[in-house]
Amino acid sequence: MAASESMTRSVAGEAARSRAAEFLLRRHYLRWPEALPWLIAVGCFFVFPDRMTFGSQLLIMIMFALSLDLILGYAGIVTLGHAAFFGLGAYTVALASIKLGWTEPISGVFFGGAVAGLVGIVVGWFILRYRGLTLLMLTIAFAAMLQEGGNIRSDFTGGYDGLPGLTFDPLLGHFQYDLYGHTNYWYALAALAVVFFVVRRIVYSPFGQALTGIRENVRRMHSIGSPVHRRLVTVYAISAAIAGMAGALFTQTNAYVTLTVFDFDASAKVMVILILGGTGRLYGAFLGAAVYMIFEDKLSKMSPTFWQFGIGLLLVLAVMFARRGLLGVGDTIRRKLAGRRAP
Amino acid sequence: MTAALEVKDLNRSFGALRVTRDVDLSLEKGARHALIGPNGAGKTTLVNLITGVLKPSSGSVLLNGDDITGWSQAERARRGLARTFQINQLFRGLTVLENLCMTIGERDGNCNNMWRSAGAKRAVIDEALDRLEALRLVDDALKLVRELPYGRQRLVEIAMALAQKPRVLLLDEPAAGVPSSETHLILDVVAALDPDIAVLIIEHDMDVVFRFAREISVLVQGAVFTKGTPDEIRRNEKVREVYLGQEHHHG
Repeated sequence: MAASESMTRSVAGEAARSRAAEFLLRRHYLRWPEALPWLIAVGCFFVFPDRMTFGSQLLIMIMFALSLDLILGYAGIVTLGHAAFFGLGAYTVALASIKLGWTEPISGVFFGGAVAGLVGIVVGWFILRYRGLTLLMLTIAFAAMLQEGGNIRSDFTGGYDGLPGLTFDPLLGHFQYDLYGHTNYWYALAALAVVFFVVRRIVYSPFGQALTGIRENVRRMHSIGSPVHRRLVTVYAISAAIAGMAGALFTQTNAYVTLTVFDFDASAKVMVILILGGTGRLYGAFLGAAVYMIFEDKLSKMSPTFWQFGIGLLLVLAVMFARRGLLGVGDTIRRKLAGRRAP
Repeated sequence: MTAALEVKDLNRSFGALRVTRDVDLSLEKGARHALIGPNGAGKTTLVNLITGVLKPSSGSVLLNGDDITGWSQAERARRGLARTFQINQLFRGLTVLENLCMTIGERDGNCNNMWRSAGAKRAVIDEALDRLEALRLVDDALKLVRELPYGRQRLVEIAMALAQKPRVLLLDEPAAGVPSSETHLILDVVAALDPDIAVLIIEHDMDVVFRFAREISVLVQGAVFTKGTPDEIRRNEKVREVYLGQEHHHG
């Protein structure tokens, strides 16, 4: 009797063990719903062929929001100045095109990302010693300084009039930019896919886990020997580089850039988008950007003067009823449907 | 033989308030040292000074003979100094298993890797599960820490420190906040600690202290009031006055 009891217990223990191990071993596997955003993106090309300029702006915004998710959603770094890096990438390709004749687009995007990433290392090294409100103020200040610096040197940056009429080589030396933005759409979609793949790898890596640890309990991370500051600076630089790549794409697809890319509004907007979609879950950037920008587009056509009221209302509702973003609402519904089975 | 942990002439002031005064402390390998003292005596401050959360105003801390006074918390931790917190400091939104894997990952330097999956190293998961099994936590492995009752969270807290494979372990009131029906779970774990680890335990429960410790230091107003074996401390009239006597007031 006693023997069989201990037998069953150890079998149960084995089962619990392997179940737990499986969970971690398989967590990073691709699941089929993850194909959905990409299928929708491809489908939109055929359904709305005349809205592809808007479409590529949306994809760029998703990439920008994804960069923010990496630091805000995973590492818990609160910033209201992320447009600084978007703007750095945007101006890097613009100035490279004008001053250096560097008009090849794909290498331009990497160049824009590299410049933003390097600045991210330096800035991050200084400001990531702080947390909370102090950090928030520093991020705002940094973006404002860049914008004002650009304004002082408007002979170089074009100031708020911007640098219009930028030209870039055909994509891969072959695909011309068309009036409908079809080339740009595929270009932005391909770039987003590459960036997403990289971000997804990082998030599920041991490094990504350590970021989550810093977000969840930084005191514990220090006490288990984690080089917290180094980890934060590293992810900040990666995020800055991605934001810079999004900015570079923005400049290339619009063929112009102005200092408004550094606006506080731009930093706030990307944060709102991410919170609306859901932080720390990658796809929040997709859903948040899509909902926000489509709303903004429709509303501004309906009422050019009062459209911001609609956006405000959307946010109030989101904050009241969807604290964990729209994806969080999806979770709740799914859990209700599945009874109490889901964890 | 060099001491596993040595504290020399340690002082710390917050403004005019001296919370740590000329503290000397030495733990040999395998030591079982208890630190007792009334509330506000500066026990947790001392732990924070030893682990590097706070920097001392003067004095030094030595780990296996190395002067670590200027080192960061993380550097000390990687050299084998681990602690538990008086109030749980865990990754509450993560599973118990992930909590353990995090500690093991940082210990082994895996967390610098950004490319392979965190789950790809089976050895890490197996070690985490072994450690959970030792504390009978395997069934909770996939639960979020915040879903566990406090007593079980307390066990995770200890499991985390042990997963660092420490040579010196500081336990800051390991049974605090645990319902009395479950304290024996914690104490059994503490009693079964690896005999090679030098342990400093802060504890209010005198039964625990006298059962566990081979050496006791009494801290009063930031200074070491006296130290000795459990028997010496028990018989010490002055200790009774400043500390043990208070037990009656608390009921």
